[in-house]
Amino acid sequence: MSERKKLVVIGNGMAGCRAVEELLARAPDIYDITIFGAEPEVNYNRIMLSPVLAGETTFDEIIINGRDWYDENGIALRAGEEVIAIDPAGRQVLTDKGERTGYDRLLIATGSMPFIIPVPGAALDGVIAFRDIADVRRMTAAAGKGGRAVVIGGGLLGLEAANGLRTNGMDVTVIHLTDTLMERQLDEAAGFLLRRELESRGIEVLTGASTEEILGENVVEGVKLKDGRVVPAGLVVMAAGIRPNISLAQKAGLECNRGILVDDFMQTSDPCIMAVGECVEHRGQVYGLVAPIWDMCRAAADTLAAVDSDGYGGSVTSTKLKVTGVDVFSAGDFAPGDDRDDIVYRDAARGIYKRIVIFDDRIIGAVLYGDTQDGNWYFQLLKDAEDISESRETLIFGPAFAGGATADPNAAVAALADTGEICGCNGICKGEIVGAIHEKGLTSLAEVRAHTKASASCGSCTGLVEQLLSLTLGDTYNPAAVEQVCGCTELGHDDVRRLIKAKELKTIPEVMQELEWKTPDGCAKCRPALNYYLVCDWPEEYADDYQSRFINERVHANIQKDGTYSIVPRMWGGMTSSTELRAIADVVDKFDIPAVKVTGGQRIDMLGIRKEDLPAVWADLGKAGFVSGHAYAKGLRTVKTCVGTDWCRFGTQDSTGLGVRIEKFMWGSWTPAKVKMAVSGCPRNCAEATCKDVGIICVDSGFEIHFAGAAGLEIQGTEKLGLVATEEDALEHVVALVQMYREQARYLERIYKWAKRVGYNEIRRQIMEDGERRRAYFDRFVFSQKFAQVDPWSERVSGKDKHEFRPMADIGFPRAAE
Amino acid sequence: MRNWIEIGNLSDIPLRGARCLETPAGRIAVFRTAADEVYAIEDRCPHKGGPLSQGIVHGTGVTCPLHNWVMSLETGEALGADEGAVRTFDLKRDGDRIFIDAAATAVAAAE
Ligand code: SRM
Ligand SMILES: Cc1cc2nc3c(=O)[nH]c(=O)nc-3n(C[C@H](O)[C@H](O)[C@H](O)COP(=O)(O)OP(=O)(O)OC[C@H]3O[C@@H](n4cnc5c(N)ncnc54)[C@H](O)[C@@H]3O)c2cc1C
Ligand code: SF4
Ligand code: FES
Repeated sequence: MSERKKLVVIGNGMAGCRAVEELLARAPDIYDITIFGAEPEVNYNRIMLSPVLAGETTFDEIIINGRDWYDENGIALRAGEEVIAIDPAGRQVLTDKGERTGYDRLLIATGSMPFIIPVPGAALDGVIAFRDIADVRRMTAAAGKGGRAVVIGGGLLGLEAANGLRTNGMDVTVIHLTDTLMERQLDEAAGFLLRRELESRGIEVLTGASTEEILGENVVEGVKLKDGRVVPAGLVVMAAGIRPNISLAQKAGLECNRGILVDDFMQTSDPCIMAVGECVEHRGQVYGLVAPIWDMCRAAADTLAAVDSDGYGGSVTSTKLKVTGVDVFSAGDFAPGDDRDDIVYRDAARGIYKRIVIFDDRIIGAVLYGDTQDGNWYFQLLKDAEDISESRETLIFGPAFAGGATADPNAAVAALADTGEICGCNGICKGEIVGAIHEKGLTSLAEVRAHTKASASCGSCTGLVEQLLSLTLGDTYNPAAVEQVCGCTELGHDDVRRLIKAKELKTIPEVMQELEWKTPDGCAKCRPALNYYLVCDWPEEYADDYQSRFINERVHANIQKDGTYSIVPRMWGGMTSSTELRAIADVVDKFDIPAVKVTGGQRIDMLGIRKEDLPAVWADLGKAGFVSGHAYAKGLRTVKTCVGTDWCRFGTQDSTGLGVRIEKFMWGSWTPAKVKMAVSGCPRNCAEATCKDVGIICVDSGFEIHFAGAAGLEIQGTEKLGLVATEEDALEHVVALVQMYREQARYLERIYKWAKRVGYNEIRRQIMEDGERRRAYFDRFVFSQKFAQVDPWSERVSGKDKHEFRPMADIGFPRAAE
Repeated sequence: MRNWIEIGNLSDIPLRGARCLETPAGRIAVFRTAADEVYAIEDRCPHKGGPLSQGIVHGTGVTCPLHNWVMSLETGEALGADEGAVRTFDLKRDGDRIFIDAAATAVAAAE
């Protein structure tokens, strides 16, 4: 076997890693690969920094390739190590750590540098750019202190920064040089609509404003404009543009203009050195978007793998703004001119504006605001330079009308060619998605995301992917069954949960207003779900809406088929005593309770109690020390135990004690669906821990934690989470696991379903391996328990919700006293 | 002339909630919607007799707590695919005070 060649990549960003992915797909074995990255991170999706800043997603979720990818492919990742010189003659690179690494082929993917406008004060503390995750962390930290932020630059990046800072609670002013926001992508009309929308979100926009100076001693205090105005600010974000990062290449003597010059095969002027991404200039163009980068990376991989290809022929680009709730699309050229025709459509009431620019019977530009559904269709016509003279009359109404067809929601996607791009973030075209749906038998959005990455990043193409699913699968695709919360909304549970956090929605009416519910006050499906999400996300602030709870949770007892109720008091870990049993016996006699039963959950059920009697029954039980067993709750039910070391000759640990401890720690918490646990003292497993939501098997060396079992409608043994040494550890892991479930699952989704959906390994990674995260989950659970651990029975004995247990009036009865 | 019996105040009923009236003919559920309208219907689901007063109130409907039929508070009829109806009773409001048509309960009583 011939020796592998050495490939060195400078830049662990979007282009560098994508090029390596493409190379591995073509030829996994010809290079030993080393990637240098100045950032101390793995490969993440830079364009998703905006949603991270806006709190709509987390850094972990935007990682494209984690450590395991580098390991599995034998790639040496040198993260946090900057290349400071290239020696083309000696074919090696030198890093800031003083290390030299030789190469046979070098790939430069150093991206861009934010352009810092050279005004006095630009170097002050508190002036930052918006380029990498470190910048986002700086911004969120600054936002924590509140106050005003100034964003210099009203382009795509600046506006996404402004929106993100605003959602973080800061007052925000955008300073923009020209009169129209995003003037390179939008015309005046769309710029106006965008400005109005941003202003309605509380973002101040100053157009025609030029920065003269940034004020402050050491730390930024404000921004002074050329016209004399001063805007006070504790944070200034420079988003005034980017410049290709070419200094390394220049010093190495490679030919550069605005960017590093490359040919169609991504070769620079040195035959051993290639370049891709924002740092290059190709046929006179430099790019600042990912779509062209994906094409460059394919060409570069072909070259590296010595695959015959036509190379890269340049790209036409389109832009979308990633501000949730604002739909903006722009492509091509839309400067006015006598030789061009405009087709314009406006709907003032709905805030929609569409403009198509036509030259020589072809679309050369498109600007859409408010309704961007047809954007990809126009973009494809533009890229293909399609003759549109035939459909010109109806063009503005989109593909649904083109050719006289009746309005079909899927028409836009149906009309797209196989090469038509669907997911701009990941460069996935229609053909790839349809192919994957057929070949892999995909039936849901989640599966398409997992297998193709389409719609897995910014999510703005989610609608298109769903349309493709329904187009490809016909009636067998039922997005409603998979996705929507209920008929009151188009949104699925995950989107609702995400938006509740991102937009800080803290009441049910607020959620319904902001997320455009279709019914005035929801239904019996969505209201309990929303109530749970709000209880979980804002434990301190949210006032539980009892009218949105199912009757059992509202009155803390189980309704029976005849309208009476059953109640189950807690018997911690299944332990009881003569006093407790006597109190139960007394209550049964006193209130004439028709049935008493030992449940499958190691405690006692009293059935057939009249609703009016409940408070009095609870009062008596309360005196004996009983609290509610939440046998009715989407919450912690039982922790079954066995007799453990206390009595059993095989017991290895105090399973009873641990079960009681967990139950006492966790009772009262609300969860997406019921949670049942068990602790067995040895692998004989008498408490049946391996079919519970969470189970613990005690062994000599410690505690084996299990999760995601099922023994009701479905039967399924648990998965093993891991082994821990002490009771403390066991408690921490179990609590963290449940909190992760509380924060992520969809309402009514049991742990086993949620775990299957997010992946057992992902849960193991977050709970077993990432100690910091585990403790953060644990702490959030403990915090929420401060508000949840109140015995609902004793509350009602003291008079809460009196109205529930008494009729409003008795009428028509003869009065005895009369 | 109709004879109205006072049954209580609007504020006795939780918003999007219900209270019961005990009458010799059976239980009547009095609902208060989000828009502060009040309705009275028989507290017996046409499906299997579930106590409708214990359901979740939304719009001008209520979802039965036993098997999720949705009943219209305005017409007393089951909405959606289910078929069935409950009796409705006229209510009158004078400011905060709520009255029920005595005839309704009398008829009920006569049954
Ligand atoms: C009382 C009890 C049966 C008994 O007499 O032993 C019981 C009674 C009910 N179960 Fe259960 N389940 C009882 C143990 C179980 C168990 C066994 C266990 O907990 O170890 C299971 C299997 C494990 C599991 O949870 O999956 C069980 C699986 C179910 C299911 C199926 C859940 C699933 O997702 O697969 C339902 C239906 C549901 O929740 O939607 C259910 C629902 C019900 C309901 C609440 C039905 C209802 O909605 O009205 C019953 C309430 C009766 C009442 O009014 O008290 N019950 N139920 C047990 C109470 C345990 C306790 O002390 O809290
Ligand atoms: C907030 C934000 C939002 C965006 N939104 C969109 C969008 O919606 N749509 C879109 O198409 N595009 C968007 N972009 C642009 C897109 O992210 C870039 O086009 C893309 O990241 C460029 O890829 P790249 O690999 O060329 O550069 P980068 O992704 O920046 O990668 C370059 C990497 O090289 C490293 N590096 C540089 N010099 C060295 C050195 N000497 N040694 C070692 N490592 C070095 C850098 O640290 C960096 O990690 C956005 C960008 C930002 C910042
Ligand atoms: S198995 Fe559970 S849900 Fe079914 S009848 Fe018995 S108690 Fe009720
Ligand atoms: S009794 Fe009302 S739905 Fe069955």
